Amino acid sequence: MATYILRRFGSILVIVFLASLIIFSITQFLPGDVAQLVLGQFATEEAIANLREEYGLNNPFYIQYLDWAVNFVQGDWGNSLVSRMPVFPMVMSRLRNSAMLAVVVLMLYVPFGILLGVLAALKRDKWPDQIITTISMMFVALPVFVSSLLLIPLFCHFLGWLPANSSILPDSTFGEALPYLILPAIAVALNSLGYVARMTRAGTIDVLRTDYVRAAYLKGLPRRQVLVRHALRNALLPTITIIAMDAGMMIGGMLVAEVVFGYPGLGRLLLYGMQNQDLPLIQACSMVAVALLCLANLIADLLYGLLNPRIRVK
Amino acid sequence: MTEMYRSQKSIDTDPILDVRNLTVTYRTGQGLVYTVRDVSLQIAAGEIYGLVGESGSGKSTLARAIVRYLADNGQINSGSIKLGNTDLLTLPMSKMQKIWGSRITMVHQDPAAAVNPSITIGEQIAEVARLHLHMSSSQAREKALEMLRKMRMPDPESVAKRYAHQLSGGMLQRVVIAIALTTNPELLIMDEPTTSLDVTTEAAILDLVRELLTEYNMAVLFITHNLGVVANICNRVGVMYAGEIMEEGTVRQVFNHKLHPYTRGLLGCLPKVTNDKRNVSLSAIPGFIPRMNHLPSGCIFGPRCKLVEDDCQAERPSQVEAEAGHFTACRRWEALQSNPDLLMDVQQVRDMDEHEEGPLVFTASNIKKYFDVTASGFDSLFKQSGTEIKAVDDVSVGVRGGFTLGVVGESGCGKTTFARCIAGLEEATSGKMELEGQLLPYTVAKRTSAQKKRIQMVFQNPDASLNPHYTIGDSVSRPFVLMGDLSKEEIQMRVKELFSAVNLPEDYINRLPHELSGGEKQRIAIARAMASEPTMILCDEPLSSLDVSVQAALINLLIKLQDSSKISYLFISHDLAAVRYISDWVAVMYLGRICEIGSSEDVFLPPYHPYTEALLSAIPVPDPDVQQERIRLEGNVPSPIDLPSGCRFHTRCPRKIGEICEAQEPPWQDVSDHHQICCHITLDELRTMQSEVIVGQADTLREVR
Ligand code: SF4
Ligand code: SF4
Repeated sequence: MATYILRRFGSILVIVFLASLIIFSITQFLPGDVAQLVLGQFATEEAIANLREEYGLNNPFYIQYLDWAVNFVQGDWGNSLVSRMPVFPMVMSRLRNSAMLAVVVLMLYVPFGILLGVLAALKRDKWPDQIITTISMMFVALPVFVSSLLLIPLFCHFLGWLPANSSILPDSTFGEALPYLILPAIAVALNSLGYVARMTRAGTIDVLRTDYVRAAYLKGLPRRQVLVRHALRNALLPTITIIAMDAGMMIGGMLVAEVVFGYPGLGRLLLYGMQNQDLPLIQACSMVAVALLCLANLIADLLYGLLNPRIRVK
Repeated sequence: MTEMYRSQKSIDTDPILDVRNLTVTYRTGQGLVYTVRDVSLQIAAGEIYGLVGESGSGKSTLARAIVRYLADNGQINSGSIKLGNTDLLTLPMSKMQKIWGSRITMVHQDPAAAVNPSITIGEQIAEVARLHLHMSSSQAREKALEMLRKMRMPDPESVAKRYAHQLSGGMLQRVVIAIALTTNPELLIMDEPTTSLDVTTEAAILDLVRELLTEYNMAVLFITHNLGVVANICNRVGVMYAGEIMEEGTVRQVFNHKLHPYTRGLLGCLPKVTNDKRNVSLSAIPGFIPRMNHLPSGCIFGPRCKLVEDDCQAERPSQVEAEAGHFTACRRWEALQSNPDLLMDVQQVRDMDEHEEGPLVFTASNIKKYFDVTASGFDSLFKQSGTEIKAVDDVSVGVRGGFTLGVVGESGCGKTTFARCIAGLEEATSGKMELEGQLLPYTVAKRTSAQKKRIQMVFQNPDASLNPHYTIGDSVSRPFVLMGDLSKEEIQMRVKELFSAVNLPEDYINRLPHELSGGEKQRIAIARAMASEPTMILCDEPLSSLDVSVQAALINLLIKLQDSSKISYLFISHDLAAVRYISDWVAVMYLGRICEIGSSEDVFLPPYHPYTEALLSAIPVPDPDVQQERIRLEGNVPSPIDLPSGCRFHTRCPRKIGEICEAQEPPWQDVSDHHQICCHITLDELRTMQSEVIVGQADTLREVR
């Protein structure tokens, strides 16, 4: 097991390295000159030249990359070009906020998605199934910004239950933030909820057809026990894979929702960085996003292995 | 009316299971289908009742109806089912559930599918003990171990902690039986329990069931399509056909007297290990099992019965008790009783001279096929890399023109891989193949089109080679079109010829594959293979997905085609009787190697290789009077990744002589003309320790002759 995790970490490192290369090169080739950006339109030629020297912008590409990478690994993520503040603490505080949002999103769609999927499978082709299947299809087709735009009028203006603007103070506690988190979380969750419900439905239907579920019934086990002990454990395997594969979608969705709801998370920071061509900020945010994706996949694989003895490593 | 006869049938004790006049229907798109009609059967404690029938006979539906676990569209229309004094049909479902797993238990066909993959074996037994025997967790765990021990499971403690994928099919079936016996049920229903297992495993499971029955005094309903298994293990037997029981009686009564034309038909189509194509021809039952929504009037077997007369079609014949406890649903049973050879005499001697050995058309020398298990992608992270599976390891054979070489062995012995190497579908790792004196490249891609034409293949699943969207006429004409040197009319002609060669009516040419039965599709596959006038056809388990009555017709067809066009076959099968029957030469394979090879008469007579001997003794012979040596193999087939040293069979060989078997590869010994055995035991010793494994059937055969 340990060697497996080590191996996986190894491959994650490789992926992160490749991603860093790509991210670094893209940001380097963005239109506009960094020094010009920093100093503004009216800087003198000389000032620009000095700054280029200071930033090492005249060095060959690989040296620039190495410098950046070494610093990055050491936690020195540079200063924001716009605010001149160190990027690292900025990203970290936003990451915390995004994590809070992610927790709420997961708590919303995983249990409800599974519940709906199982329910649909059990009531296969009857009205509950038809309703659930239709709704989850709608959810899948619904982009986050559309669902946000539908949710805001409904909950904020019409019902008046929840705030439409989630621009909380950057270091609010989870309790303080929670009311502001719900609406963006729902907006993000709906999409994945549809996927999870559909996957769970399909997985459960497959498993309910298996010989071992029939055998469990014919052992005289009560229906609930057959479902929970014999069917669900196997039925949820594909769902777990979907949740992990969905992590990318979720991160993308969160980005949109953070922007729409004005929530101070990583996504909004990234957008802010892009709007201002704040290269260190863009680089840092993208790298964190890549690392998160890899981690999510690793966790999903480990969970899958834990539930599925066929690939459990001794 | 049936009731009247039934009431006379007395079983000494009251039956445990008493089914009377049961009718089961399914609602389908074509209306109500009567799948089981007016069936009655009783099983007493300690009795194994064999229910035999071909696919579509309704035997599984009957089993499901008994436990009231029918599909949603199924329904019990009339009749009664009693378990002891309990009337099962009037019970509410909640009470029925309490009976499942405690008073009635079931064992299904595919043990690998019936065991939950993510719950430990021990727990799957223990949960039954907790539920029905109200045991505590620790008692239940102890009970699980006890049950595994009773199943003669080696190392029960570790097995209890394992998962399904870590056990072999035979072990899993023991687990399923253990689960079924934990509660000491009154009725055990086994639905094709050994069908998915190898013969040696099957024999061991049947032994186990037989032994366990002396301890557990229950009634067993044993459902199977295999008459051999019935003759082996059952006390009484019911022969089911298209939803009705045609004949019922003790195993000896039914097998010896055969008072129904269908029973005679079934037994007549079975190739026997003591027969070959030269001394008898198989008698296939003409026609098909009727579709349940188009049942013939009167006797349902009428359209396929050679004894049919007008009265048969007027009214459904009632069951008659021909002798005490022996029932038949044939009006003309007296004719059958007075003439035991009636309908059987078609097993006439085939007029085949000992034909001259043709020239060697194909040779394979030292063929090896190793698979690398450096798995790719995600799986590679879990598996050790750099290991090899030696699927075929140094196999050499020769095939003569107009001859059949049979290759037998259990699953995993490499016989299919070997055939695929010859066909070029798998690239051999090393070795040499020659076709009619020409070197044959390893893969299809490198072979000339002439070479490709000369070797054809027929697969187990005929669907694999038929495009569902093309008419079967198109499928058969495709090889001609590809050849490109025939006009449309000529192609038409050839296709018609082929259809008549494989006994299919010409109007089938325009049908689509799904309109054909399994046997018909296999005929098409053969016709396609014949189209290019090949030198050799590789038949990979061509019969195993078909019913016995269809198998016989297909075997006859293969022999007829060989006779007329001097084609050679490499016939691969796990069915020793079929191989014995159709082959001139037989090679026995174990773990990627041939261990015995010779003419089929020689291989099936002593001296045998110890593995051949074990295989022969495991065959379920469809004759209760046959004496069969009982040699059973221990343990599982070793993994081909980790082959045993020395003789590959030493881990299971019942005749192992000692360390030499583990240390040294055994030598090839010549018994006679081309009959060779690969074993450390000398031939003389083999001769003294072995006697004919199957005795008895040959005598009846001689009488017939
Ligand atoms: S009743 Fe008639 S048709 Fe039916 S099996 Fe007997 S002889 Fe044949
Ligand atoms: S060599 Fe030894 S182990 Fe192998 S078959 Fe002969 S007796 Fe058995």
